[in-house]
Amino acid sequence: MKKEILAALGQIIPQERMFLDLAERYCYSYDASFGEYLPEIVIQPKNAKEISELVKMANLHKIPVYPRGSGTSLSGGPLPVKGGMVLDLTLLRDKLFIDRENMLAIVSPGVITATIHQKADEAGLFYPPDPSSSNVATIGGNLLENSSGPKGLKYGTTKEYVIGLEVVTPTGEIIRTGGKTVKNVTGYDLTRLIVGSEGTLGIVTEAIIRLIPKPQSQKTFVAHFNHFIDSGHAITSILSSGILPSALELMDNACIRAVENYRPSGLPLQAEAILIIEVDGHPLAIEEEINKCADICKDNGASYVKIAETEEERQTIWSARKWVSPAITQMGPTKISEDATVPRNQIPAMMERLQQIRDKYELNLVVFGHAGDGNLHPNIITDKRNKAEMKKVELAVSEIFEAAIELGGTLSGEHGIGTLKSPYMEMELGANGVIMMKKIKEAWDPNNILNPGKIFAEKGQTKVVLLT
Amino acid sequence: MKAAATSNHANRAVEQLHANAHDWTNQCVKCGYCLPACPTYESMGVESASPRGRINLVKLAAEGKIDLQKDLTEPIELCLGCRACETACPVGVPYGHILEAAKEAIGNRPPSSDNMTKMKKLALVHLFPYPRRMNLLGSGAMLYQKSGLSNLVRQSNLLYRVSPVLAHLEQALPAIESPAKRIRAGTLIPSKGATRMRVAFFTGCIMDSLMSRINRLTIELLTLVGCEVILPENQSCCGALHSHQGEAKQAKALAKRNIQAFMQMDAEVIVSNAGGCGASLREYEQLLADDCEWSGAAKDFSKKSKDISQILHQLGPLPFTGEYHGIVTFQDSCHLRNVQKVQTEPRLLLQAIPGITYVEMAGFDRCCASGGIYNLLHFEESMKILDEKMNDLKETRATTVITVNPGCQMQMSIGIQRDGAANHIKSLHLVEILAKACGLN
Repeated sequence: MKKEILAALGQIIPQERMFLDLAERYCYSYDASFGEYLPEIVIQPKNAKEISELVKMANLHKIPVYPRGSGTSLSGGPLPVKGGMVLDLTLLRDKLFIDRENMLAIVSPGVITATIHQKADEAGLFYPPDPSSSNVATIGGNLLENSSGPKGLKYGTTKEYVIGLEVVTPTGEIIRTGGKTVKNVTGYDLTRLIVGSEGTLGIVTEAIIRLIPKPQSQKTFVAHFNHFIDSGHAITSILSSGILPSALELMDNACIRAVENYRPSGLPLQAEAILIIEVDGHPLAIEEEINKCADICKDNGASYVKIAETEEERQTIWSARKWVSPAITQMGPTKISEDATVPRNQIPAMMERLQQIRDKYELNLVVFGHAGDGNLHPNIITDKRNKAEMKKVELAVSEIFEAAIELGGTLSGEHGIGTLKSPYMEMELGANGVIMMKKIKEAWDPNNILNPGKIFAEKGQTKVVLLT
Repeated sequence: MKAAATSNHANRAVEQLHANAHDWTNQCVKCGYCLPACPTYESMGVESASPRGRINLVKLAAEGKIDLQKDLTEPIELCLGCRACETACPVGVPYGHILEAAKEAIGNRPPSSDNMTKMKKLALVHLFPYPRRMNLLGSGAMLYQKSGLSNLVRQSNLLYRVSPVLAHLEQALPAIESPAKRIRAGTLIPSKGATRMRVAFFTGCIMDSLMSRINRLTIELLTLVGCEVILPENQSCCGALHSHQGEAKQAKALAKRNIQAFMQMDAEVIVSNAGGCGASLREYEQLLADDCEWSGAAKDFSKKSKDISQILHQLGPLPFTGEYHGIVTFQDSCHLRNVQKVQTEPRLLLQAIPGITYVEMAGFDRCCASGGIYNLLHFEESMKILDEKMNDLKETRATTVITVNPGCQMQMSIGIQRDGAANHIKSLHLVEILAKACGLN
């Protein structure tokens, strides 16, 4: 980095929050996905004003800027693919205000999502989006990737909860979008544009998010199915019976075997699917709902149904699901986690396609996920040092995307496009759809300095590349 | 010529690090679940002070992409080694082993002239492994306290001017018992009443020399619940401090010496009362896994080793004679919790004491930043973490904080002193409070 640029940066940020040494730069070269890109400098700003000045300077000198939270992205969101400057936003965490009267939380972007859950809960309120990384991920990263976790079916996704933002634009202006009101139709809905924009249109410096009353109680049950197709019918029957579960999770046979191998707990090895269903609400209402769900599962051929009577039993049911991640990584050190999402009536068809892909490429492919909202997580377990197998993985991943889109679904339910799925954008959106999005990006970021290399494919890039 | 020799030396260290740790580092999926568990990431706020960052740096160093000395040393040395990240890790990356391999690779260099490094080496190589020298240290320390010299030093503020670190440690040192009361190695202490179990007691080097009173009380409690206690001769330092400082060769030699000393005693269980030492004993199995001559015995040894709280709980209830009044809280020893996986037994034992008010402290599972000798080597970083811990401790309104490791106990004492709370908060070992409630002194 040039001397005069460093001197100018020194006018904005004190030395102790600016890192140029190799070790620290390498520590911001990765996220939870793939690839390693060394930034030229890492900076930890503390407020919107500093960020605004940094971005203005970056525009002047055409330095790429990469905003980053806790780096838990599974799609390459914060990777500094073109070098430049990483802005670690974890120090922007001074504000977490629960506004009970308006049922809102006003938060700084570096606040950990689980802390918002906890503070809302203490006030008798509830913030439903709950990605599995919520104990680690910052709300800023969470909003920009629009990841939601298992409660999307009943409570909707993250974007439904964000109603106002303070944003530093790619040219360094500080703007506010939306506000504290649930209804707001003044002008374009920039809030929704920013949420899920993967840090390519702005850096969120404050967010206003809606909270809802906390459900009084919850009930959980588990059902085993010997035939996958039956579990699919059970899901559609439950959802068309007027019950909206707060969680509806699915594990396939490969998952069941992996978990049972890792922590033997009596899971049925012959079952093709396990469903875990949770309902929440008034105790009397959910008592009736849970029994009805269980009956529907039995009518649809479940080989075993168990309603948790105690909190301990509830935890036991969920533990099988929670052990999926550690269990499957015992099969190999590299995990490629996808989040292709299909309309829920296509889940059985998608499962069949995934099985064909697994057999065709002879890969360790396991499937679990949020079956209620069609958001499946096919995971391929491999070893990135095995180049021959990685080639097969690249082909398999492409086919997973094609399958999801052919079935009327989408490339990504919650991980984002990032670097990994950009070559497939056109397949889902068509050439003109992508052009409209590019025009938005160009209007906001004329110098292409904010998170360049994401969402839009590079010239000539047609397939996912996992071998670096 | 000299440059070429140094670079060969460095290459060998890199190759060895690759052979020892690269596969382990490759298991990390970089999910970041370890970040909230890491005390240094919390206090320092940069990724290089996090387990994920450190694992990746070790990987890069093993691949030759960064320099062992220039780039890896500081991030590795600033790690407390509390291993809370291992408990948080969803894929089971063996962080402790990676850390030790990294320390070994870093330590494998031309001797440094740094004073602290010299002192460290001196203690590790010439002091801890020798019980007699450690005893001498203990006697010397007692003499220092009893002679009134310590009062003189404290009043003069002399030590503080020389080194604030030593001044704090000097004050945190508990009253040392006369060597005459120390139970000698090689003795067999019969159980009180019927013998239910034959146990061999691991005395530990620091426990034995500076905290021999706790060892004596441990043995008395064991006999009280029906244990016949043997103190094998020739036992030595557990080697934990050596492993943590990258002195693997010496750690292995000490492990073998202990295995030899204990395995001929025909005891059902090997008991220790220091979380750190116990963890080290439990890991002899891994330490000597590649040594075909010793691996079998090491496995048996590790299986037999248990923490004092496990045995007292298993053979309890304890015959309490009096009540203990006051609010008591428990600070987990990281190595008891994260390596030995023991967390409920000490709590159940405390809660069973008649009259006690037990309160759980926020962040009980977070390292106190004693970290072996971390507080000596990295005083400021350690105190920053400790000060946070003191805030949590004060929240509980506890009058006594219990630990199960000498380092933690002294660190809590340092925290209490720094906070000016020595009048109303005590830092005790679990064994001390249990012994008191059983009428032992």
